[in-house]
Amino acid sequence: MPETKMYPDEPAGSFPSPPTTVPDRDDREITLEAAGALSGDLLADVVEMYVRFDPADRAQGIPPTGEERIRSWLEGIGEESVNVVATHDGDVVGHAMLVPDIDDPDGEHEGIADPAGGEWELAIFVVQDYQRAGIGTMLLEHLLGRAIDLGIEWVWLTVERWNHPAIALYERVGFETTGSQSFEQEMAIRLEGDSNS
Amino acid sequence: MNVLVGLGGSDESIKTLRRTIERTQEVGDDLTVAVLDKPESPRSQDEMYDDTAKLLDDAGVDSEIVRLEGDPGSSLVDYAEQGEYDQLVIGGGTLSPMGKIQLGPITEFVLLNAPTTVKLVR
Repeated sequence: MPETKMYPDEPAGSFPSPPTTVPDRDDREITLEAAGALSGDLLADVVEMYVRFDPADRAQGIPPTGEERIRSWLEGIGEESVNVVATHDGDVVGHAMLVPDIDDPDGEHEGIADPAGGEWELAIFVVQDYQRAGIGTMLLEHLLGRAIDLGIEWVWLTVERWNHPAIALYERVGFETTGSQSFEQEMAIRLEGDSNS
Repeated sequence: MNVLVGLGGSDESIKTLRRTIERTQEVGDDLTVAVLDKPESPRSQDEMYDDTAKLLDDAGVDSEIVRLEGDPGSSLVDYAEQGEYDQLVIGGGTLSPMGKIQLGPITEFVLLNAPTTVKLVR
């Protein structure tokens, strides 16, 4: 059990792994695919998605605005991230990611994150035209499925505590609130990794 | 302007102090530095007091430094209420691995309870 954050005692159930193609609630065929570090065409497509993202839906300063800032944000966190992207008709319409906690916040750290022992921060974004169609839930479940495949066990996030739809979504898949002392509510989930099966 | 800056003992606190010193020098503000009692910080209150004194000294800024005991948010707001301060300055949050801005409970307490304008330093 990590020492820095609280986690639920019981691991959550199983989750589907990407890739898959399923219709959303508006009958659009959505493809979900996993990726390691974002680079090349995929990075360009994800940058494109965030350029289209309505800044009114930003949370806690992310995503940044402007193509250059978006690109450097994704490159900065990208190195060891775990990503699932949702595409429709060739466009990226949603993105979910896990970014490892590192001890060295100055960015000097170059080692490979330890999936099993490490803690991972989660975030999900869906572009406005594709919201309220179940894509956030699909992204979340498949990202957690991907995480289990990689042996990741400890996942956490923060969410603005007035963002009830997001909190409800996280609770549905098994996240529990672990801290709500300030504007951001911290939530965490424990996955069924190899070490506790 | 009479400025009170409240500092824990993190790297964010050092950045907040540096920025506030720069601003003080630019506009000729009067600065008071309150070093808070925050045991979970990487620097102890004594260490932070010494670092503060050195940074002020290096910059040639003549400021009063006070040590505030007890709950950091509440002791800072109490101190601000007792003095004639125009502005209270605190750190503007830390960044998560994802790059999300995170404001802690002290920040929230100060924002909601301070009688003065509050400045968050990024």
